[in-house]
Amino acid sequence: MTIDPAILFGTPTPRVDGVAKVTGAARYGSDEPLASPAFACLVTSDIARGRITGFDLGAAKAVPGVLDILTHDTVGNQVKTPPGPDGGPTPTTLESDRIWHDGQIIAIVVANTFEAATEAVSRVRVSTVSEPPTASFDSPGTEVKAVAAARNGSAPKEDQTAKKAAADAAFAVAPVKVDARYATPPQHHNPMELFTTTCSWDGPKLTIYEPSQFMWGLKSAVARQLGIDPSDVRTVSRFVGGAFGSRGNVTSRTAWVALAAKRLGRPIKLVPTRAQGFTIATFRAETRQHVRLSATADGKLTSVFHEGWEVSSRPSSYKVAGNKATSRLYAAPSIATAVNVVHADRATPGFMRAPAETPYMFALESAMDELSYMLNMDPIELRRVNDTQTDPVSGLSFSSRLLMPCFDQAAEKFGWKQRNPKPGSMQDGAWLVGYGCATSFYPNNIGPAAARISLMASGRANVAMAAHELGTGAYTTIAITAAHALGLKVVDVAVQLGDSDLPPVPAAGGSNNAASTTHAVVKACEEVRRRLAEAAVAAEDSPFHGADPATLTLVEGRLQNANGQSEPLSRAVPRTGGRLEVYAENLPAGLPASAMAQLYDGRAMMSRGDSRKDVTAYAFGAHCVEVRVHSLTREIRVPRVVSAFASGHIINPTTARSQYMGGIIWGISSALHEATEVDPASARLINTNLADYMVPVNADIPSIEIIMVPEDDRRVNPLGVKGIGEIGIVGMNAAVANAVFHATGKRLRELPLRAEHLL
Amino acid sequence: MRPFSYARAPDLSQAVRLGQHTGQGQTDAPVQFLAGGTTLYDLMKLDVMVPEHVIDLTPLRGGHASITPSADGLRLGAFARMAQVAAHPVVRADYPVLAESLQLAASAQIRNMATLGGNVLQRTRCTYFRDPSWAACNKRNPGSGCAAVDGFNRNHAVLGTNASCIAQYPGDWAVALMALEAEIDLVGPLGARHLPFASLHRSADKQPHLETNLRPGEVITAFFIPATAYAQRSVYVKVRDRASYEFAIASAAVALEMDGDIVRQVRIGLGGMAYRPWRAHNAETMLTGKPLTDAAAEAAGQAAMEGAVGRGQNDYKIALGRQTIMRALMQAKAMPAPSRKA
Ligand SMILES: Cc1cc2nc3c(=O)[nH]c(=O)nc-3n(C[C@H](O)[C@H](O)[C@H](O)COP(=O)(O)OP(=O)(O)OC[C@H]3O[C@@H](n4cnc5c(N)ncnc54)[C@H](O)[C@@H]3O)c2cc1C
Ligand code: SF4
Repeated sequence: MTIDPAILFGTPTPRVDGVAKVTGAARYGSDEPLASPAFACLVTSDIARGRITGFDLGAAKAVPGVLDILTHDTVGNQVKTPPGPDGGPTPTTLESDRIWHDGQIIAIVVANTFEAATEAVSRVRVSTVSEPPTASFDSPGTEVKAVAAARNGSAPKEDQTAKKAAADAAFAVAPVKVDARYATPPQHHNPMELFTTTCSWDGPKLTIYEPSQFMWGLKSAVARQLGIDPSDVRTVSRFVGGAFGSRGNVTSRTAWVALAAKRLGRPIKLVPTRAQGFTIATFRAETRQHVRLSATADGKLTSVFHEGWEVSSRPSSYKVAGNKATSRLYAAPSIATAVNVVHADRATPGFMRAPAETPYMFALESAMDELSYMLNMDPIELRRVNDTQTDPVSGLSFSSRLLMPCFDQAAEKFGWKQRNPKPGSMQDGAWLVGYGCATSFYPNNIGPAAARISLMASGRANVAMAAHELGTGAYTTIAITAAHALGLKVVDVAVQLGDSDLPPVPAAGGSNNAASTTHAVVKACEEVRRRLAEAAVAAEDSPFHGADPATLTLVEGRLQNANGQSEPLSRAVPRTGGRLEVYAENLPAGLPASAMAQLYDGRAMMSRGDSRKDVTAYAFGAHCVEVRVHSLTREIRVPRVVSAFASGHIINPTTARSQYMGGIIWGISSALHEATEVDPASARLINTNLADYMVPVNADIPSIEIIMVPEDDRRVNPLGVKGIGEIGIVGMNAAVANAVFHATGKRLRELPLRAEHLL
Repeated sequence: MRPFSYARAPDLSQAVRLGQHTGQGQTDAPVQFLAGGTTLYDLMKLDVMVPEHVIDLTPLRGGHASITPSADGLRLGAFARMAQVAAHPVVRADYPVLAESLQLAASAQIRNMATLGGNVLQRTRCTYFRDPSWAACNKRNPGSGCAAVDGFNRNHAVLGTNASCIAQYPGDWAVALMALEAEIDLVGPLGARHLPFASLHRSADKQPHLETNLRPGEVITAFFIPATAYAQRSVYVKVRDRASYEFAIASAAVALEMDGDIVRQVRIGLGGMAYRPWRAHNAETMLTGKPLTDAAAEAAGQAAMEGAVGRGQNDYKIALGRQTIMRALMQAKAMPAPSRKA
């Protein structure tokens, strides 16, 4: 890339879609106006394992306005089961009489009104034979399978066995060691927008309006399920009301709604309930973890061993295997990991904000904190002693790593110096005070992407790509990138996203989208500049006639050269035609040429920061947090957090701050509030609503300060964009738990942390 | 949600007549009164309450929503909104525990809708009760069993339960009413009644589906709280999992009258851990006539939790209850001496 990222990025810019959002003009999936839609409602199972023996649909069909009821007997074989989040098998729904988990879709009622459909659902009678279900780790009937840690391909098994032996040996002789077990609970994303699906057929053409993190993936997955040509399927999702990973892959509901709409010959809208959102999409599985750290007396790690157990459904081997990434954090001569999938009668889990790092960093960063107390060493100093510029697993250098500057800046602003290292030593009135810290990091991923840009003679541009606005500010980052690359004002760039009729981009996940989309946009803009420049140097009426086209740049709506000579776009653009339209693709280094074609087939190949051949590419950060624990009643509150992040070039500090804060708040939530409760006997979820599934409210989050540490890393990718969607949450749960230990002297190794654990 | 008919009761006598089949708020009663709707509509949407007829009592706000302080005490119309009462200067000054327990409940939006009468009749938050897909719930479906006894019971009651139901009464304000020995006015098909608030809710017996002693068609019209010195020195401590918009995991309403260092009178109401709005009589007796030391407060807390039964996940409430009472007692002690004399 020839454009300097410093020119493109860094100007705080309000959201270009902010007004539309707060005035209700932004259209989310189920807001799309359709002629005469019918309404679907779901019937879900209230047992976790068994078979359906029959339906009594008489009373439901008698509800006035009911049009159709889909069950496995009526539509069973007409749709193929979608793949799970890892591409492998996952539970069926209406394909058969089998019930795999609580809240599985077992019938779909379609009616003229939402009210009639809802009422009819309550009148459907289902007979089932139930088998004793397995709820989670400690239930009878789990199947435990050891798996390799890597997501795609892995080090050979013997390799880990040898590594484990080496780690054990180092551990055995070390003077200081931590050997501890940790646990994290199941959690659900609960994005504000429900898991809606609207389907409309026009002859053979199907349009799906559904909140999605991957327009092209949804398009081809549903086409495969229905056995139709993907070019007959269009997916639209202009705005997504939060996703957090829950909308990254196709779920079973979509194809059924498409089929129902086809049977009826009318568009159908499905707006499931909040409770159904807990069982018809994915979730963050509960984990158990075992960490063993050993160190020399001066704090240098001599071994790291980290094993995880993760719950999954019966058929799916989906796992997050977070220790693949976390094991590269600190310099240690001996590192070993292991991962186990524990199958139970549950839904298949999936991606949830920093899927791998959130649970695994809780264990690792808690263990680091435990080690610091054993060493009698400040926990920040312990990180410094073990800081490294080299990935200790692969031996590659980090593309950049500003972990310690993050710690130092956060600690300074936080007032870490005021910390009395002795646990239980700080108090303010009736409240015990604790300070805790933890490392944050996230691998930098980038995928292939395409963009189309048209530049008008008026000096306005239009950028179109099937990217995703999940609330992250994608419209704005793309507008900023195009505007600054084309020498235009942000208001003069119109951005179209969220439609599979537009050029593809990868799934918005793993913090890749900022990097993936900006590189494609800049490529297209560079091509726009080149075409304008070449037309200008060729034209006799241009001041640049005969000049070298490479010397011309786009500045403030004009084409100009180094001497300051310029001409307006109203002259430069018409030379290329009525409007200048450019389509460009960006294929990141390290990916095969076929990656672009695969993207068009709905498969997103990714250059992953923890699997690259040249460098290991991570963003880093540091959290400092204060907690208060009431001396008598032991409730835990978090009055303030200071976090610093070094995450490459920041495209838009305004929305970046929101992203970081959102992650931090969710980290507090993950530490203190969130847990999906599973009834041990029935394997059913208990708190499937936002009253009982707790998340923090405003009063829980008095103060969060974000420091953005400048970082110019061109090894990560040409524009030095690292992506920031996930890093904010990573390590936060551990920082809170570490602060609770500092406040009380009590080490809590199981989330969420609650008053009862401190009494 | 099921279709239902809706009628407004123009006045009290019509309300009582239309409400003859309210069946003490049982989930299967064919008729339900509607006040602010924040409990009723919630449970209707969850398919827990399935009334055929909803009788809207809103017109009664005209005559039964005023806040009337007098030298004898405080009279509150049952249709006053939670927010209105929480903000009233006399309530805040002379009955702080009432104002605090309302202010710390629910959210601003709910407090603006919800009425006092509806508030004391709010239903348990037991998740098995609130989701009819669970078959076993004696409170919802008499005789079906109790899914919570061996299930998820972290926020279930430890005081006043038995194996037929371990649900807790979740409200805050009723806890303060217990401490201040409030009284209620009722009007029903058989005429008007006046009851101690303490006798409104039933104790756990084998009939958890019957929560109150209200007779069918009876409307709560007013609350009366006697003016006392201890009401002025009163406090509500609410322990909860997050800082706002959350039910208690333990709460204590303490009203205290001191004579120098000696406790002259004390009243203790407990919430978040009992089957019904609870009063800790034995703890009160222990404290009366003695200096209020940390040790005395702890012993009182211990005494209040005597007989508490944990069911696993809620075992912690026995210790937490003790600590909560201690905290509330010490906070009340730290308050300035009240102007009103006994
Ligand atoms: C999300 C949420 C959080 C909440 N958090 C809290 C909390 O932290 N603390 C707390 O204390 N409460 C909390 N609540 C409960 C809330 O306070 C009650 O829902 C509210 O007070 C009920 O009052 P209402 O007027 O809306 O009652 P309604 O819903 O109208 O009525 C409730 C019941 O009482 C009956 N009824 C109402 N008025 C009368 C009357 N005058 N005479 C006879 N019967 C009558 C109705 O028939 C109905 O059965 C919360 C509620 C919600 C939804
Ligand atoms: S505790 Fe009471 S309300 Fe809850 S399930 Fe048992 S009987 Fe029902």
